[in-house]
Order: sequence, then structure tokens, then C-alpha cells
Amino acid sequence: MIPKSIGASSSESGVAEMRRLIARHKTWDWLFGLLGTLALLFATLVFAALFGQMLINGTPQLSWEFFTSFPSRRAASAGILSAWVGTILVMLVTAVVAVPLGIGAGIYLEEYARKNLLTDIIEINVTNLAGVPSIIYGLLALGLFVYQFGLGQSIAAAGLTLALLILPVVIVATREAIRTIPQNIREGAYACGSSKWQVVSHHIIPYSLPGIMTGVIIGLARAIGETAPIITIGALTFIAFLPPSPFSNPEQLISFEWLLAPFTVMPIQMFNWISRPEEAFQANAAAAGLVLLLMTLSMNALAIWIRYHFRKKIKW
Amino acid sequence: MKQPARHSTTAAVAILGSLVLSPLAFAAPPVVKVDGSSTVFPITEAVAEEFQKARKGATNVTVGISGTGGGFKKFCRGETDIANASRPISKKEMDDCSKAGIRYYELPVAYDALTVMVNPQNTFIKSMTVAELKKIWEPGAQGRINNWKDVNPAWPDQKLKLYGAGADSGTFDYFTEAIVGKAKSSRGDYTASEDDNVLVQGIAGDKGALGYFGFAYYIENQKKLKAVAIDGGKGPIAPTPENVDNGSYQPLSRPIFIYVSEKSLDKPEVRDFVDFYMKNARPLVKEVKYIPLPAKAYSGNLDHIARKKIGTVFGGENETGLTIEELMKREAQL
Repeated sequence: MIPKSIGASSSESGVAEMRRLIARHKTWDWLFGLLGTLALLFATLVFAALFGQMLINGTPQLSWEFFTSFPSRRAASAGILSAWVGTILVMLVTAVVAVPLGIGAGIYLEEYARKNLLTDIIEINVTNLAGVPSIIYGLLALGLFVYQFGLGQSIAAAGLTLALLILPVVIVATREAIRTIPQNIREGAYACGSSKWQVVSHHIIPYSLPGIMTGVIIGLARAIGETAPIITIGALTFIAFLPPSPFSNPEQLISFEWLLAPFTVMPIQMFNWISRPEEAFQANAAAAGLVLLLMTLSMNALAIWIRYHFRKKIKW
Repeated sequence: MKQPARHSTTAAVAILGSLVLSPLAFAAPPVVKVDGSSTVFPITEAVAEEFQKARKGATNVTVGISGTGGGFKKFCRGETDIANASRPISKKEMDDCSKAGIRYYELPVAYDALTVMVNPQNTFIKSMTVAELKKIWEPGAQGRINNWKDVNPAWPDQKLKLYGAGADSGTFDYFTEAIVGKAKSSRGDYTASEDDNVLVQGIAGDKGALGYFGFAYYIENQKKLKAVAIDGGKGPIAPTPENVDNGSYQPLSRPIFIYVSEKSLDKPEVRDFVDFYMKNARPLVKEVKYIPLPAKAYSGNLDHIARKKIGTVFGGENETGLTIEELMKREAQL
């Protein structure tokens, strides 16, 4: 880059050449910056346009009645009560199943498992599972949960299906979170005489919790919008009632009858409305989409908050 | 610090979930399970909605959309009480049901007019003969008939774009049977969709388009589409409720059914629902843009149940061009 001869006569041309070089490099800088901004702008604009259109079409439909009414053949009186209750219950089952299983598997693979061929195979499989199309999970669930286990088209079947779907996400997030913990923390704990379980329960889990929670919530946010596997297990249905309440049976403190109740979820309600002949239902679909999007966004916001909030508490 | 966050969030979700549910439902009422054709869905849905209102939550009804074939599969496995069907039960489905010991009542609930549509800017088409439609849709037309003038030299040089039902639907079965003469026999190079709104958009946006689907979707989109009168040999007949009623819209008028399991009818809630269905079907069928049967058809259905006349009158065949009158005579022979 530096001119070879630094004589007095050539120094001026040398400086000029260097300036040109710098200017050229700056142009590239500028060009790449522009390209990056354009890409970002394009992505944001597409999202904003979609969101805006949904906002315009859907907002007039959003009212208290929309949340407290069952679906109906009349667009004006149709609501999403059974859909959002179904979504929350299915997510509850999904979380209760996927979180302990996923975190347990992640901790085992990271802290306990020996490095050998078997764990290599498990690792490759977990990573691959994260990339399997969701409809495949639906087919598996149809055979296994719906027919083999006899759960039918129930909340339990749907919750288990989505739990399978997000299990790899939770496992991978758990492992990533554990890997960020410095090795000397473990060594320090062992040096003080901790057992392996003490190291895991006193240090590894608390320190990796923010990362794990973020992974769990992002997994749930993905599951909440899944339509294909739920349709595959046969939930594309008109349902104008709620599952039985957990407190419906006076003989039991909490009844689990609702687990086997038929259900519908938000994306399916949207799908149903979009395929209606009457145009008025398109507005309902937009409103339901808006609610679903807000659910997902608020879950993502929660994930960010948890990460931020808990990271502050960790003092290494 | 032992995972406080996980405990509290799970608990919060659990409490939220139960709070939401506790005041709304107390005991689990019996559920009537219906599944099957998406064509019949709007009718059964309307009946279910009114039924649940009338019974004030004492009985719940679920209505699924698995398609006619999918609905019969579940029905013959004993998973559902009622099957919605946009065509009569097939030979294979009859065998499946009898193997599983499922006996059933066949109850026609309405008529549908399969409607052939073109773009509103298409000025040269007012009616078409069945032969012309066959020329367009038969398997041999694939890649050969791509222009309106290929079908009829009197029509202008305009690219022909086709839209139709997906191969899994009862609509596809019926249309191919009625027009081509053999069920499921159709050219494959057309835009196929199970979602009729996709077809509506396609035909509305394409000057050379031709497509077919159920009457209800045409009625809701009349401004965007133009219906073609069909000449089945007796002059062009427009698809209207009157022409279906008097039997002149042929061969694209079709009856649609519900099949009720005999075993399920022993359950009082299913019996109650079927009673309600037959007594309230006429106005509801009209409201969701199908063509209701005469009142005596519905009372006849209940009569069949009372006299235990089980089975189908079609013998596993998908017959086309049956008028309402012929259908009723046929059903009376059971």
C-alpha cells in the first residue's frame, strides 16, 4: 500500500494515491452499508405492510365480544373464545411436557454424558430434529398419540405434539446456555467439594436459566402459530364450547378432564375464516391474526425481558 | 437461587388458565361428534350453532372438516356419530362400515348446484353444453385444448385458464363423473385448490378463466364472477335455486347428505340433535346459500329413523343428474 520510494518529488503523488485508495475503500464501505440498510428496510417494510393491512382490516372487529363469543356462521357475531382458550391450554400442556424434558436432556448431554459414539448420534439427531418439517410431527402424533395412546383429537394430543416439535429447540437452547458458563466456576465448586448434582443445581441451572427461558419462550412462540401438525391430528373443527373446568368435579380438587376435551386453536380458527365464502369473515380472520401476532410478540418481549432481568442478577 | 422463574411462570399460567375456565363450564356435557365434507360443513355448523343455543349448553356439538372420504373413514371406525357427505357412500366405505359393524341412516339434507364460472369480462360465453365442458376437462384435453377457439371455432382467440376443485374433494368426484363420465377422470394441468376462495380470486383476475365450484361461493362473489348456463340437452339452464328445485339444472345439481350411525342414535343427545337438524334444516339451508329439500323430505328422514330403515339407496354408486323428485322417490323405496 505504501509507495516504495518516499522521495520528496514522489511524496505528493504518493499521498494523492493513498487518498484515492482510502476513498475507494470508503465507497465500498458506503455501498455495503447502503445494501445492508436496503435489505433491512425491505424486510421491515414487508412486515409493516402486512401488519398494517391486518391492523386496518382487523381493528374494527376487535371488541370485548370478539374475545368472549364463540365462532358463528354470522361474521358479525363470531368470536375467538374457544380458540384462545384452546391455544392457552394446549400451550400449557406443551410447556409442562417440553420444558422439564428439554432442560433435563440438555443438562445430561452437556454435564453428564460421556463423549462417545452414542452421544454423537444423539447430538446429530437432536440437531436434525430441529429441522424436520412440522407436518411430519403431525403425522407421527396422529399415529402415536391419537390412535396408539387413544387420546383422540384432544388438548393432550395437541399439547404433546407441539411439545415434541419444540423439544429440540429447548434442548439446543439449554446446551448453548450451559456452554456460556465459564469452566472455572465448575472447577471452583468441585474444589470446594461439591458433588456433580450440587454443581448442576447450585450453579449450572441458575446461571443458564435466562438463556434456557429465552429458548423455551421462543419455542413456545413458534408452537403457538403452528397449524399443520394440529390440522393433521384432526382439529379442523367448529367448536362452540369450552373444555370442562379443572374445578368441575366436587370430588377432586383439580380434575384433568379438560385434557381429553376437543378443542380448536387460534391459527385453525383463522384458517377456517379465511376459507369462508362471505367476505365479512376476512375481517374476522385479520382480527384473529392480530391477536395471534400480539400473543407471539408479547411472548418474545417476555423472553427479552427475562434475559435482561436475570442476567443482571448473575454475579460471577 | 433455585429456578424461581420457572416455578412462578408455570404457576401463573396454570392459575390464569383455571381462572379463565372456572366460571364458564361446570360439568362436561355430552358431545355429538360430526366430521366430513367441507361442502356440508356450513349447514351442519349452522344447525349445531342453533342447537347449542336452544339447549343452552346441555349438549355440545363438534363439526370437523376432513372431507367426505376422511369423514367416512372416521365414521366407519366408530369415532364419530355423524358423517357429512357431499356424495353418497361408496362401495369401499360401505364394506369398511359393515366390517366394523357400523350401520347407518342416510339422510339427504340439501341440494347444491355445482356452478361453472367465467370472468365477468368474458362476453362471448353465456351458456355451454355438457359436450363442450367435456372437451375442456377430459384427460385427453391436457396440453391440447389451451384456447377458447380450440373448444368451439365460433369463440375468439383467447387463452383458456382453468380452475377447479382439488382431487380429494367430493366436488371433484361429482364434477368429473357428471361431465367427463368417469369419477376422478380429469385433465391435470389446471389450478386446483381445496380452498374455493383461491379459485374465486383466480377466475376474477383472469379474463380467459373458466372454473367450477359450489353454488354458495358463487352467490357470495357474484360481482366478481359470471355463472354459465349449462345445456344438458334441453337448452341452456342457469344455476338458480328455482332451476335446481324444478329439476331442470342438470347434470350439475347434486344432493348432499348426513349419515347417522345407528348405534349413536341410542344416545339421547344424538337423537335430539338429528331431530333438531331435520326440524330446522329448511330455513338454515337457505341461509347458508344451499337449496333446501321440500319439507316432506326432512320429515321423511325422521320417519326412516322411526321405522329403522337403515342403509343407502345408492348401492355404492355415485349417480349424477338425480333431481330432487327422483331422489325422494328413491329414498322412499328404502
